[in-house]
Amino acid sequence: MSEIIKPKRTIIPFGPQHPVLPEPIHIDLVMEDETVVDAIPSVGFIHRGLEKLVEKKDYNEMVYVAERICGICSFMHGMGYCEAVEHIMDVEIPDRAKYLRTIWCEFSRLHSHLLWLGLLADGFGFEALFNECWRIREKVLDMVELTTGGRLISSVNKVGGLIKDVTPEMLKAMKETVIQVEKELKPVANTFLNDYSVKSRLCGSGILTKEEAIALGACGPMMRASGIEVDLRKTGYAAYDNIDFDIITSNDCDGYARCAVRIGELFQSVEIVRQAIDKIPDSEEVSVKLKGNPKGEFLMRLEQPRGEAFYYVEANGTKFIDRFRVRTPTFANLAPLIHTLKGAPFADVPLLVLTIDPCISCTER
Amino acid sequence: MKSFHKSPWLIHYDASSCNGCDIEVLACTMPRYDVERFGIINTGNPMHADIFCVTGGVNTQNAPIVKQIYDQIPEPKVVLAVGTCACTGGIFKECYNILGGVDQVIPVDVYVPGCAARPESIIDGVVKALALYQEKHDKMVQEGRGLPEDPSLDEDNDVDENASNDDNSSDENASDEENAS
Ligand code: SF4
Repeated sequence: MSEIIKPKRTIIPFGPQHPVLPEPIHIDLVMEDETVVDAIPSVGFIHRGLEKLVEKKDYNEMVYVAERICGICSFMHGMGYCEAVEHIMDVEIPDRAKYLRTIWCEFSRLHSHLLWLGLLADGFGFEALFNECWRIREKVLDMVELTTGGRLISSVNKVGGLIKDVTPEMLKAMKETVIQVEKELKPVANTFLNDYSVKSRLCGSGILTKEEAIALGACGPMMRASGIEVDLRKTGYAAYDNIDFDIITSNDCDGYARCAVRIGELFQSVEIVRQAIDKIPDSEEVSVKLKGNPKGEFLMRLEQPRGEAFYYVEANGTKFIDRFRVRTPTFANLAPLIHTLKGAPFADVPLLVLTIDPCISCTER
Repeated sequence: MKSFHKSPWLIHYDASSCNGCDIEVLACTMPRYDVERFGIINTGNPMHADIFCVTGGVNTQNAPIVKQIYDQIPEPKVVLAVGTCACTGGIFKECYNILGGVDQVIPVDVYVPGCAARPESIIDGVVKALALYQEKHDKMVQEGRGLPEDPSLDEDNDVDENASNDDNSSDENASDEENAS
């Protein structure tokens, strides 16, 4: 009898081409009526195999390849790789370069989180909010373009420092921009956090408890939204050791908490940029001369907008390094995503996929 | 059906790009560049689309999907390769998994270089694509594959239809402008 009543299972393919996803990922959703009982991801649509390019590009050229792991957090990828090689070669870059890297990192975080907020608003059909987030994001990108020369792929990092310095006027403009962005963010943040329609979609969706987050190895805002205080910026790479900030967490463990944590981080980024611009030292040079080729290995960890990323570099003393390995945050967040999908109604699937802030091109490289 | 070459619907697909070009395609529809004011809409359904924006150098696993989406778009259609990767494979050309450009898989009409391609140049590409779109449409009409034969419509549009059949697109644009003014 029970077998007759038991609802039939259907498999619904989600992706690779799907309106809410700017990038292709394929998930087979096993459904019982309207509820997802299992989700089977399959990846590989954007695998380019760029780690193997180390055989063809020397360690200086690899910076540009590393930057193109992902267009959104491009600056941090380039920086992660450079810091790894700098550690191997045992070079200390000038303080000014460290501060500038910090500032640009936070600009990347600002534009990445704004992009995500917009996509989230689009995911639950709030078009006006989507457009508003992206409008503010353009201001951030303008500043990145003014100071680095590129909107997304900035290419200012090099092994041993930076390619160019910024002028005092640029610093001033940067500071004004973040203050302006902060002002414009406030009403947007208010809508995200207090609007009835936003809350009705986000509150209680995709619960990931603290224990589950640890067991499944979540990272970044996903982890902090489950109440775990981990932020690799506290390890003090670049100039973060001279900057005063608190880790933003939430104990709600749901989609709303993830949104709240990211919004908190937006304001935090603004604050970090302000502090960094106030403290930035003057110096003639923003890079140091390199001697010889790298030999040795190093594992560099840093906090991307989406969570912890690590860059492993093994060099053998020639121009070409032996192995370059990247682990990116979305990869770590895929297991928690599959967990939160189970038991969710079908209509929530796009939203839940979005709450981890998926960056597929990082994941597959 | 004269106005549809002015407000095409786009479909965007990421065929192994680094994401940089994708978000620039999305940025085109945002308030700063706002192509939606021209009626250009970013749709998620290939069957509603006229222009196919592809980013990235296409890897082996993605190639069948690019082909499938291309086949699903109704004729006439224009393909826009956005970004250096989509044009030639770009920095990833030497990767073992990259086929090297969208034109290895489907015919490409407009190439938009740049890494990442700027929204301005993408919009420029779309404008170029529109002219091609009109050309393709006219050709279809000439071959008798265009509009379905509908006698009731013919009565009203007889003169217009013939004009657009025989003349080239620039003439039609001109007559459009006359109508508008
Ligand atoms: S052209 Fe550049 S920005 Fe665009 S997908 Fe390729 S590497 Fe990324």
